[in-house]
Amino acid sequence: MSDTTSSTSESQVVGDFALDSVKKDLRGSLGDTVARLKDGQLGSLPAILAIVVLVTLFGSVSPDSFLSKINLANFLEQASSVIVIAMAVSFVLLLGEIDLAAGFTAGVAGAVLATRLQNWPLVPSILAAAVVAIALGTFTGFMVAKVGIPSFVVTLANVLLFQGILLQLVKNGGSVRIENQIIKDLVGGNMTPTVSWIFVIVALVLLGLSMFRKQRVSHGAIPTSLILLKLGLATAGAVIFTTMLNQNRAFASAPAPIRGIPYVIPLVLILLLVMTFVLNRTRYGRHLYAVGGNPEAARRAGINVARIRLTAFAVCGLLAGIGGAFLASRVNSVDPNTGANDTLLLAVGAAVIGGTSLFGGKGRMLNAVLGGFVLALIPNGLTLVGKRSPLGFGEIDFGSSGTKFICAGLALLAASSVDALSRKRTA
Amino acid sequence: MTEDAPILEAIGINKSFGPVHVLHDVDFAVYPGKVTALIGDNGAGKSTLVKTITGIYGTDSGEFRFEGERVDLDSPKDAAGLGIEVVYQDLALCENLDIVQNMFLGRERTKNRLLDEGSMEQAARDTLASLSVRTVKSVRQSVSSLSGGQRQTVAIAKAVLWNSKVVLLDEPTAALGVAQTRQVLDLVRRLADQGLGVVIISHNMNEVLEVSDRVAAMYLGRIAADVAVTKDTTREFLVELITSGRSGDVGITEEATL
Repeated sequence: MSDTTSSTSESQVVGDFALDSVKKDLRGSLGDTVARLKDGQLGSLPAILAIVVLVTLFGSVSPDSFLSKINLANFLEQASSVIVIAMAVSFVLLLGEIDLAAGFTAGVAGAVLATRLQNWPLVPSILAAAVVAIALGTFTGFMVAKVGIPSFVVTLANVLLFQGILLQLVKNGGSVRIENQIIKDLVGGNMTPTVSWIFVIVALVLLGLSMFRKQRVSHGAIPTSLILLKLGLATAGAVIFTTMLNQNRAFASAPAPIRGIPYVIPLVLILLLVMTFVLNRTRYGRHLYAVGGNPEAARRAGINVARIRLTAFAVCGLLAGIGGAFLASRVNSVDPNTGANDTLLLAVGAAVIGGTSLFGGKGRMLNAVLGGFVLALIPNGLTLVGKRSPLGFGEIDFGSSGTKFICAGLALLAASSVDALSRKRTA
Repeated sequence: MTEDAPILEAIGINKSFGPVHVLHDVDFAVYPGKVTALIGDNGAGKSTLVKTITGIYGTDSGEFRFEGERVDLDSPKDAAGLGIEVVYQDLALCENLDIVQNMFLGRERTKNRLLDEGSMEQAARDTLASLSVRTVKSVRQSVSSLSGGQRQTVAIAKAVLWNSKVVLLDEPTAALGVAQTRQVLDLVRRLADQGLGVVIISHNMNEVLEVSDRVAAMYLGRIAADVAVTKDTTREFLVELITSGRSGDVGITEEATL
C-alpha cells in the first residue's frame, strides 16, 4: 500500500481503513461518484438532470416568455411554497411516515394568520399561526406515536378535519384579504439591488466555507479542484441570476420599477440551512435518520422513538405553516382552496423527485428544493408554451390543467420508480 | 476454575411468566478473559436468562453479583452502566447509517452540543483496529454495503466500544458462511484475550468446543451442567446434556426435575 498519510501505529496495520485516509484528485473523486451511481445511489442527480432538460426544452420552445426576467422571478415565487411544504413533508418522510394533510396544515396556518391580522398586530398574529401549525402537527404526531395509528390513516382523516377547520376560519367560501405589507412582501417583495448583491456574496462565502470544512473533515477525500469547480459554477450561476433579477422587470406601463431578488429566496435558503444543520450536525437529526432506518435498533440504542416521531410531526406542522404564510402572501389572501387541490401532492412529489425515499431513512432537505424546482417548472413552462399544433396532431393546449397534471403525474411516477429500483439495487 | 473470580454471577435465579416457570434456581457465572458458551434446546431458557442479565426482564428471586458485589439489574440501563453489552441475533443496526454512526447510535459524542464526528470516527477506527478487523475499507461505509460477517463485526465492535466488561453474543454465526464464521469466532476469541467476559449462545457444538473455555448447558429451565471445556469434552457429551439434561454422572438428577 502506498498509503503514507495515515498515522500508522503498531496496532493499526497499513491497509486497514485505507479509504479513510486516501487523498483524491478530481479524477478519483469523479470515479467515486460514477461508482456510487452504478451502485444505484442516484441521490439528487435525476432532479438536477430534469431541471436541465426542462429549462432547455421550455427555453428553446418559448425563449421570449420562459427565459424572461419577469418569469424567472415569478417562477421562484411559485416554487417557494411548494419547496417549503416539501421540506415539511421530508421531515416525516425521513421517518418512513407521511403527512397527507400538510397542505391543509398550511391552509389553516395561513387562514389563522390572515384572520388574526384583521384585528391583531403582526407579531402576535404570526405567533398565533405558528402555535396553531405546531399544535396541528403535534396532534398528528400524538396519534401516530402514542396512539399507534398509521400516519397514512391519521393524516387521511386530518385532510377532512383540517379542511373543515379552514372552511370555518374563512367563513364558508369567502376569502380573507391580507393588508399587512410585511406579509405581502414575504413572497411578492424584493430586496434592493445593493442588498441583493450583498446577500449573494455572503451566501457564496458561506457555501465556500462549508465546502472547505467538509473537505477538512473528510481527510482530503474531496479534492480542492472539485470544490473550486463547484464554487465557480455556483458563482457564475448566482451572478447571472442576480444580474437578471436586479434589472427592472416591470411592464413599460407600470407605475414603479420592479427589481432585486425576491425576499422569499433568502427565506427559503435560511430554512434550508437551519433544517440541514439540524439533520446533519445534531443528535436529534442523527436519531431521526436512525428511527427512519430501523426503529427497533434505535429503540434498543436507547433512543426515545415515540418522542422523535412526535417532534418530527410537530416540526412538519411548523414548516407547513410557514409554507401557508408563503401561499397566503403570494395572492395576498386566504380562501378555502389555500393549500388544497394539488399542493400536498406536489410537495410529496417534490421531496421524492429530489431523491428523498418514501421508505424512510434516506433524504436531504436540499432534495425538497431541487424537486420543488422540477415540479414548479412543469406548470410554469407549459403555461408559457400555450396552444401549439406540433407535428400536425391538431392544436394542443399545453397550458391547460389537464396537460399540467398529466406531466406532473408522470414526473412523480418516474421519480418513485427510480426510488424503488435503486432500493432493489442496493438491497 | 477456582483461580479466577467470576466477573458476573447469577445466583439462584427464578423467573415465571404466569404459570410457566421458565428459570429454576439458575446459577450462572461469567469469567473475565474466558468464553462461556450457553447451550440448550429451543425453549430451555437461554434467551430468558440473557434477558434477565441485561435487565430486560426482572427476576422473581435470586441475585446478581458483579465483580463480587451485589447489584440490581432492573433495566437495560443498569446493565449498560456496569459494562454489560448484548449483541442480538438481528444485530440491530441501521442500514442507512454508516459504521461510525451505528457504533455511536444513542450515545453520540458532542462538542458544543453538536456531533463530534472527528472524535467518533477515530474511536471507531481504533476499536476496529484493536479487534484486528481488516476487512473494512472505510468506517464511513454505510452498513447496507457490508457483508453479513462485517455487519456482525460492527455489531460486536459497537458492544466493545464502551469499555464493556461482559459481552453476550446471541448466535453470532447463525446466518454466516464458513469464512465469515471463522472471522467472527476469531473475533470472539480476541475479545476474551483482551480480558472481557464473553458469553456466546450457540447451537453449533463444534463451534462451542472450538471457541469456548467453559460451557453451561440448560435443560428445561435449569442449568444441567456448568463445566470447563477440555480436550476430552466431546460433541456427544454436550448433545446429551442438551437433549436429556444429563450425561454419565454429570447433569440433573431425576428427583430435581420432578
